[in-house]
Amino acid sequence: MTESLSFDGTVVTFRPGQTIGAALLASGTRSWRTTRRNGRLRGLFCGIGVCFDCLLTVDGIPDQRACLVEARDGMQVRTQQGVGRAGLAV
Amino acid sequence: MPGSPSDPYDVAVVGAGPAGLAAATTAADHGCATVLLDGAGGPGGQYWRSAPGTAGPGTDPTTDRAGPGRVLAGLLADLDRVDVRTRHEVWSIQAEPAGFVVRAQVDVAEIASRARTLVLAPGAHDRQLPFPGWDLPGVVAAGGLQALAKEHGVLPGRRVVVAGTGPFLLPVAGAVIARGGTVVAVAEAGDGTGWLRDPAVLMGTPGRVRDAVAYAAVLARHGVPFLRRTGVVEAVGDDCGVTAAVLARLDGAGRPDGGSRHTVDCDVVATGWGFTPRLDLPLGLGCATRADLDGSLVVAVTARQETSVPGCFAAGEATGVGGAELAVVEGRLAGLAAAIRLGNAPSDPPPARLLRRRRSLRRFAALMHAAHPVPPGWPAWLDERTTMCRCEEVSVADVDEAVTDLGVTDPRTVKLLTRCGMGWCQGRICGEPLARLVAARTSTPYDPMSMATRPVAVPLTLGALATGPS
Repeated sequence: MTESLSFDGTVVTFRPGQTIGAALLASGTRSWRTTRRNGRLRGLFCGIGVCFDCLLTVDGIPDQRACLVEARDGMQVRTQQGVGRAGLAV
Repeated sequence: MPGSPSDPYDVAVVGAGPAGLAAATTAADHGCATVLLDGAGGPGGQYWRSAPGTAGPGTDPTTDRAGPGRVLAGLLADLDRVDVRTRHEVWSIQAEPAGFVVRAQVDVAEIASRARTLVLAPGAHDRQLPFPGWDLPGVVAAGGLQALAKEHGVLPGRRVVVAGTGPFLLPVAGAVIARGGTVVAVAEAGDGTGWLRDPAVLMGTPGRVRDAVAYAAVLARHGVPFLRRTGVVEAVGDDCGVTAAVLARLDGAGRPDGGSRHTVDCDVVATGWGFTPRLDLPLGLGCATRADLDGSLVVAVTARQETSVPGCFAAGEATGVGGAELAVVEGRLAGLAAAIRLGNAPSDPPPARLLRRRRSLRRFAALMHAAHPVPPGWPAWLDERTTMCRCEEVSVADVDEAVTDLGVTDPRTVKLLTRCGMGWCQGRICGEPLARLVAARTSTPYDPMSMATRPVAVPLTLGALATGPS
């Protein structure tokens, strides 16, 4: 059985239990964040929650680690550009 | 309620990998009220990973050898007497007169648990050494690649170069093959001869040797080149990520021979230079430390695995990187020592069988560290544009400016001037390489303590802090 999440509006299917990072990599997506200073592309690096390179926005909450957060059916996942504040007024 | 000030646990174990599982089950076997906390969604740690929903690793899929999965199955079967708290990311531990307060973040809430004694089993993560292009998408930590392959059945690409040093590179390459990927090459910086310095040690740990032989056989069967004295000195890529790796022969100190540079096509480069123990929590608690043979900062422990903080024990990679089997032995000793301290077990000497096993596995670890050192010449493959700090985007040139133009001679001041190590990861990735680089540039001794202290072990929201623990 597969479920799916929305990644910047695109449907990404995954196997229950997979992390968002695993689901995105399986769909052929290698990067989902740009850095704050130089706008460099980043994806998954350490893979175990240590490096914070794989940050993205999940259901409106920025700075979530794609390598740790389990994918859920219907999740709204967005790439994270720059400072990572999403819609938060900070 | 267990864990409250009026009803503290007997033992809190932080980390549910091999060491923590062994400690928690041993303490519970002695009648201790035990809680086991881990940030992940299930027990097993980084070592025992399994596909979600399966019963756990029985046989290693790469080598078909009945692996340590049986040990895990035994520990998991014993867990029913332990209060297991997964998805609990412990961010702070404080000592108080009656024991310890363990504060964990659960989603965005904060939960405090109290316990009379503590066993720290925080594990380790891959040690990284920066190289040109290591911040391109497609360059991943060797352990991260293994986690993806084993737990999620996913490869981040099809053509993989595995590089760095140490025996762990072999199972990582094996996991790629098992998932149908192509391992273009395994580049090992060492020459392997270090293992032959003490054959008696290898004879005392035949399981380790059989594992290595089995993995080597798998690589040979799939025609994977195993290149000794070779390193990835650059990852090359485009807007989408890595497209190639530049390999070079390394001399005895790890300096690349420029004439030997050659490029191989790949879309994944997985690197690991041994492991860095995760010492945020022990350091925050004030546990005394020492430098281990591989240059890692580790917790100093007694023969009973007790730290310098009374009632606080440590086990596994945090006391010296040595692998899962050693972690289980240390965890059992730590759990037993906690039970003895609580009066739940007689104060006899620890079982001789465990002490013997710990001794031979530590000797194996010492041989491994001697055979696979962090090569001192690694800064030779950096160029001035190489990223040092991935979070704050600090380059080697920025670090050199602080050292050369501003005359800084210690990594902490470099950090304050450049922000190297001040980003999201708090220097967990670049802190040790920065300390090593500054030491190399200034001809001063490398101090593993210089970039290790992090009072808050996990990022947490101001809201959780303001609300306080429940």
